[in-house]
Order: sequence, then structure tokens, then C-alpha cells
Amino acid sequence: MAEWLDDFFFTYETLIHGIGVHGLLALSMYCVMAVGQLSLGQAAFMGLGAYTGALLTLKLGLPFYVVLPASAFVPALIALLIGGPTLRLSGVYLAISTVGLGEVLRVIYINFESLTGGALGLSGIPMKASVSLIYALLLIALIMFWAVGRSRIGRAMEAMREDEVAAGVMGINVPVYKLGALIVSAMLAGIAGCLAAHSSSFIGPNEYGFETAVTILSFALLGGIGTPLAPVLGALVLTALPEVLRPLADFRLVINGMIIVVAILFLPRGVLPLRLRRSA
Amino acid sequence: MLAQQLVNGLVLGATYALFALGLTLMFGVLRVINLTYGFYFSVGALVALWLARSVGLPIWAVVLLGGVAAGLVAVVVDGVLLTRLRRTKAGELPSLMVTLGAVLALYSLSAIWLGTEIQRFPFDFVDSSAFEIGDLRISLVQILIVCVTFALVGLLFVLLHYTRVGLMIRALAENEDTARLMGINVDAIVIVVSFVSGLLGGVGGVLIGLNFNAIQPFMGETMMLRGFAVIIIGGLGDIRGALIAGVLLGMFEVLTASYISSSAKEAVAFGALVLTLWFRPTGLFGRKEVKRA
Repeated sequence: MAEWLDDFFFTYETLIHGIGVHGLLALSMYCVMAVGQLSLGQAAFMGLGAYTGALLTLKLGLPFYVVLPASAFVPALIALLIGGPTLRLSGVYLAISTVGLGEVLRVIYINFESLTGGALGLSGIPMKASVSLIYALLLIALIMFWAVGRSRIGRAMEAMREDEVAAGVMGINVPVYKLGALIVSAMLAGIAGCLAAHSSSFIGPNEYGFETAVTILSFALLGGIGTPLAPVLGALVLTALPEVLRPLADFRLVINGMIIVVAILFLPRGVLPLRLRRSA
Repeated sequence: MLAQQLVNGLVLGATYALFALGLTLMFGVLRVINLTYGFYFSVGALVALWLARSVGLPIWAVVLLGGVAAGLVAVVVDGVLLTRLRRTKAGELPSLMVTLGAVLALYSLSAIWLGTEIQRFPFDFVDSSAFEIGDLRISLVQILIVCVTFALVGLLFVLLHYTRVGLMIRALAENEDTARLMGINVDAIVIVVSFVSGLLGGVGGVLIGLNFNAIQPFMGETMMLRGFAVIIIGGLGDIRGALIAGVLLGMFEVLTASYISSSAKEAVAFGALVLTLWFRPTGLFGRKEVKRA
């Protein structure tokens, strides 16, 4: 590897990890929004994945190929618990019931000190998530979303997003699709959390709260949800931006918030108004 | 001991109810899940703190002006963010998302401006004297909180059911287009509803601020979870339900804190929310949701 490339990787390693992980999180948000729902629990699912992964590695010493699926499984269970009742109701219920999830989990992480390290979090997590692993998973996820998006399932999801009642009348099993999408998105967020934990060596209880949830949403809204690639690009821009414009770092959250406002009010299809092409 | 816990629970529950009232009013009339609502709560408390510290106003003026300030902020925020979406009939999710982005920006700005340290009212601002009946101790602030809550609930009820404006508000809640056709100035009513909701949230903030004497910009954020739990348990848009659910939640939290553990208290609201959604998704007193295309 060329020397300057080595230097580049060394200097920007956290940023490169961050972009990959945020790309996965953006995809997890895309997955829910693709069926016309809104989850504010992606950060909480990410935290569950991070804690599950870190605990399995640190306390039980399990190999990473066991840890990673396990950290997708736990958020999926919670998604089932919340999604089961809410997804039969109108769109706002999922958003409302996930808005507090992160807060509740934070209190749990802080109070189960013997297991989770309390307010100090968990440190010394081995760096098992390499850059190539993170980006390989991101690529696989993208390709899978692309393939599913072009299939019959993708068409059903798009129909639901445009008009749920009409989609139901056309014979699409709307609640099953919505629950499926939420569970897949929780698993993705859990994997992203596990990867983040194993690439930064430290996790704390305050990293998965409201701000993180809104930031993940801003990734998806900046890109738009026309194609799976768009939210990933949104994540790329919003993760790299504070690095490029250092003085803006303090206003990062303000900017993320404003992006959501502007995107909803003026660019309802996102900055990249792309659509999946498929044969008629 | 139990009597004391019940009193504390009633006081806490009264503030939850007050907070949830504005939220449920907003949803019931304007059909918006407004996440900036938690910010009005913070605004109320912060303005009250400033008035008490720098201007030196008495407690009743602080409660009133804190609420009015929050109401005005609510009107401005609603006008800037939601008018456009309301015109295009954008639906519930876009308006929820726009308020979500806005609230993050607002909290972060106010944290940059004011810092996130916990601030307190001046030492002798709150009269700390209390009535004592046997072991039972009820402070003046607690009495104030419960009285203000019930007074505001009563006023809201009178406003909605015995005034012309109230009739217009209820018409708007029923159907916006029909209300417009009946000659109701919908834009003006939207402003009134935003103001009243913001006022309720703001007064809630001042009262919680007085009760716990700990104020910082993000205090509204943790309150939102309670607010949502209360309006879901009480039924979305149901004022009587919000009142009862709020008081019940406050009581349960205090009882959980004293008989189980103080950390379990934080999970009560969320647990109750999930249980309600599983078993009575339209709320304790809610009617069946009608699906409309």
C-alpha cells in the first residue's frame, strides 16, 4: 500500500469506520421508511446491538462470527415486542412508542452497573470490526435492498408507502410487510451498533439517545428514500461534513435538525430524487 | 408513609396531566404529533427562571408569564413549520418529522446558548413551609401545583364547551374543510390552539421546575416520553383521558420508586405505554379508530 494511503487511513480511521457504520444505520432507517412508517428507535436498536455485542465478546469471549448475529437478534426481539401492536394502528403510533425507547434503555444501562458498567460504559472492547468487514457488510446490505426493491416485495412496499389502504385492497398483507421491515431494520441497526462497538473499543450509555435517533433520520431524509443508495450517500455527507468544516462541529446537531426541516418542507423526495428503475 | 406517597404521586401526576393536555389538544385539533412541544416545556421553565432571578417577579407572575412565553413560542413554531404542510394536507408523518428536526435544532441551539448545567431558582423564591397532618407533609408548592393544574383544566373545559371559540375549535377538530365551509377562520383558530397548548406545556414546565428546582434546556426531552405515554394511555386527543392517565402515571411512578426501586421508576411510563398498545390500543377511554382512505 502506498505510504500516503497508509497515512490517510491512519489519520481518518475513525471517520472511515464512522461513515460505514452510519451508512448501515441509514439503510436501517430506509428500510422502515420504505413501507411508509417512521421509527425513532433506530438509535436504541443500535445501542442494544452494541451492548449485546460488547458483552458477549468481553464476558463470554465468543468469536465475532457468533457475536455479530446475536447482536442482530436482540434488537429484533424488541422490535417484535413494540411493532406487534403498533403496526396494526396508524402511522404515528410506531413513532410515538419508539421515541422513548432509547431513554428507557439508557436508564437500564446506567443502573445494571455490574453488567453494563453503568455510567462509565464498557471499555477495552477488542477491535474486531475491520474497515473491510464494515464496508463488505454495507455493500451486501445495499445489494440485497436493491434486489428486494426491484422484486415483487419492493413493489408491494412502494405501493404501501404511496397509499396503504389501496395497497391493502390490492391484496398486500400490509401488517406483515410493516413488521418484517421493522424487524429487518432493527437487525441492521443492531449489526451497525455491534460494528461500532468493535471498532471504537468503547461504548457508553449516552450514545444512543434522542440526538442519535434524529441524526439517523437526517441521513435518510437528506438522501431521500427513492433508492437504497441515497440514504447511504446522505450518511456519507453528514458524517464527513463536520470533519471538513471544523468550526461547524458545535452546530452539528443544529444542522442535522435543520436538514430535516428543509428536506420535509421543500424537498419531499430528498436531495437525490432518484427512483429504482424496473421493467414494467 | 403510603398517604405521603399518594400525595407526592398526585402532585407529580398533576404536572404530567397538565403537560399531556396541551399535547393531546394539539393532536386532537391540529392532527399533529408535535415533538417541539417538549421545548415549550423547557421555554416555560427557563423564562420563569430568568424572570425570578433577574427581574425578581413574584411566583404567580412567573408561572403566568412563563406559560405565556411558551404559548407565543408555540405560535411562532407552528406558523413557521406547519402552515405549509397544513396547506398541502401532507398528513401526520411529515409534520411529525419536521417538528422532530426542529426540536433537535432548538434544543441544541439553546444548549449552546445557555449551557446544559442544572440551574436553580433563588434560594428563598419558593416558600418552603408546609402543612403537617400527623406524618403527612404537604408543601405550599405542592398545593400550588395541584391547584394550578385543576384550575387550568377547568378553564380549558369551559373554553372548549361554553364559548364560541371553543365551538370553533371543536368544529376544526371534527373536520377542517367543513369548518372552513361554515365560515370559521381556521388560521386564527390554529393560532389559538397552538397558543393554548404551548401555554399548558409552559406552565407544566414552570411547575415541574418549582417542584424539583432543577432547570436545564433538555428537561422537556425526558418529559416527552411521559407525555406520549399519557396521551396514548388516555387515548389520542382525549382530554379527560389525558387527565386521568396523567394522575395515574404519576402515582404509579412514585409508588414504584418507593416500593420497588428508584431506577425502575423510569421504565414505568414506557412499560405502561407498551402494555396499552398491546391490550387497549385506542387508550383506556378511547373509541375504536375508524379507518379512512
